[in-house]
Amino acid sequence: MNIDLMPMLPELFLLTATCILLLIDVFSKDFDRLQTYRLAQLSLLITGVMVIAQFPDLQYHLYQRHFILDPMAGIVKVSVIALSMVGMMFARPYILQRPILRGEYFILHLFAVLGMMVLAGGGSLLTLYLGLELLSLSLYALVAMHRHSTLASEAAVKYFVMGAIASGFLLYGMSMVYGVTGKIHITDIALYLETHQASLTLRFGLVFMVVAMAFKFGAVPFQMWVPDVYHGAPTSVTAFIASAPKIAAFALVIRILGYGFEQVLIDWQGMLIIMATLSIVIGNLVALAQDNIKRLLAYSAIAHVGYFLLGIIAGTGAGYSASFFYIITYAIMSLGGFGCLIYLAKGKQEVELISELKGLGQRNPWGGLLISFLFLSMAGIPPFVGFWAKLEVIRAVLDVDLVWLAVLAAVMSVVGLFYYLKVVKVIFFDAPESEIKVKAERGLRLALGITGVAVVALGLFPAQLLEVCRQAFQYL
Amino acid sequence: MTVEQIVFYVFATLTIVSALGVVTVRNSVQAVLCLVLTFFSAAVLWMLLEAEFLAVALVLVYVGAVMVLFLFVVMMLDVDFASLKQGFTRYVPLGILIAIGLLIGLYWVLRGELFGLEAMPEPAKHAADYSNVESLGMLLYTDYFYAFEIAGVILLVSIVAAISLTFRGRRERRGQSVPSQHRASKDERLHIIKMDAEVAQDDESETDDLEKAVGEKSGRTKGESS
Repeated sequence: MNIDLMPMLPELFLLTATCILLLIDVFSKDFDRLQTYRLAQLSLLITGVMVIAQFPDLQYHLYQRHFILDPMAGIVKVSVIALSMVGMMFARPYILQRPILRGEYFILHLFAVLGMMVLAGGGSLLTLYLGLELLSLSLYALVAMHRHSTLASEAAVKYFVMGAIASGFLLYGMSMVYGVTGKIHITDIALYLETHQASLTLRFGLVFMVVAMAFKFGAVPFQMWVPDVYHGAPTSVTAFIASAPKIAAFALVIRILGYGFEQVLIDWQGMLIIMATLSIVIGNLVALAQDNIKRLLAYSAIAHVGYFLLGIIAGTGAGYSASFFYIITYAIMSLGGFGCLIYLAKGKQEVELISELKGLGQRNPWGGLLISFLFLSMAGIPPFVGFWAKLEVIRAVLDVDLVWLAVLAAVMSVVGLFYYLKVVKVIFFDAPESEIKVKAERGLRLALGITGVAVVALGLFPAQLLEVCRQAFQYL
Repeated sequence: MTVEQIVFYVFATLTIVSALGVVTVRNSVQAVLCLVLTFFSAAVLWMLLEAEFLAVALVLVYVGAVMVLFLFVVMMLDVDFASLKQGFTRYVPLGILIAIGLLIGLYWVLRGELFGLEAMPEPAKHAADYSNVESLGMLLYTDYFYAFEIAGVILLVSIVAAISLTFRGRRERRGQSVPSQHRASKDERLHIIKMDAEVAQDDESETDDLEKAVGEKSGRTKGESS
């Protein structure tokens, strides 16, 4: 038997590179771990080039259909790798100043990326689950990396327990689906549903799977862990878990709901509508009351998950591509939003409260401007990309005649404006309390610059990315 | 009733009874032993399904390794289980209510028609020379090789994570740690108590450091320094 391993070359390369890096790191005498960091970035770069070099134009089901290679998987992989590279640029100066600096930080980062790539290309319930576990396990360890911090330990335990429960739910749901259909491949389940009536047991399994995915996303009513974990985790880890894994989780949702359970759209649509409504309302309203920036961003993340679900609720190719566009742009904004806290940190002293940003625009005009770009984009104000993302998902919902949902989403985004603009106001219109200039490293400035410029550039020219997202769903 | 059915009913009952024992017995060592018994009887049930490899693996891995470790932990750690059970009775009525609700729900959903003998007929018996391990291995290393590899990577990640979270270097070593010396900042060693010192306008860097040191002291949480 002859198997062509080329299609999964990026995954194989990343795995091999990570294992070699693990060995290099153990024997490295480099105290600053600069070597490990550079090699990790290099291996991500090469993996990204490999993904782009064999970017698929069709949908291939390979390796006994456990592995799917299609444009969607390609885009997810490329964006995940790009975001992880920027995430590591944010992380290095941060962990350098804290007792987190260990080579394993970057290695677990790479393993998380590998998990996300597996998730993006998962063709069966089994590989999807394993990819998710690989991703989650690396993230749990990253959150717990800061051993001396009680907040971080608490966050790690919460994240771990919640994640384990969610995985249990997912497996339970999958086992029921398998019990009824006897199939483990996404395409087989879709075929089964075309010829058979969906039984009660199958729907019951579906409920469990939807709940598990909501847990992983942090959609209301399964959002309890989000603020605590985002707040307690080291900021560089928060920036990472709030960005790239969301795109991977999107791939999970599309593979299971969009490809596998498309026939029973009506069953999961209702659940998602409830979760999206609650997420948008509760996320935005609770965010209004937050003083702590990390918690504010955490609640805003919950609200954004609600918006992102709108496109999936539509259940059409256009809706999925709107959601895809939304989640990619949100991941960029979220990475920049948490990254700016690293950028602003003075030594070990981190920015905690919004009031600490007072007069940043005068102390550091460029930094203040980039940070404002990110917040304005999250608010959904026109020249920035966040506006197009919101517009697309609301249009997708209008296309399937859920007018009330679109109106609610629009109204709540106006409410959301308040707290985003509050931050911008504090940056530019409040008198500075101190004259200290922000002195960030070059890598940090570059990383913040990339996210800030990306938000503006994609906002001015959204057409290309939108077109790419549309092409990803031409096989549905 | 055939012999197989008798064996099934005996061990199925044993599984349920010992599983109940895990959560009800007071002594934690006995609870662990009950769990061992549960695994054993479950292994027998698998044996009845002709899944010999899985049955043996269950006994070897769970009973042989995991449960022994568990027993060690229970014996070595002085966990005060009595205090852990505080407030247990308070939630019993609610717990029982939820359990009954879930049981009714599950029964309603997973009724016999789906998993009964009509839907899932008894599998044909294999010949005596049929090797369970061989067919499992064939599947695992051909059809499921991708999943198998990922599972291996997950194990690797768990090892890396466990070591990086617990390893703190050799403790008896008295040598100097260069990286931590490099990372040490002034405000970890220096405590400036008084605030209203006069600072010259043009000397910006000194103002910077002074304010930073004071800001650190007021804002830093305990136990941050290594």
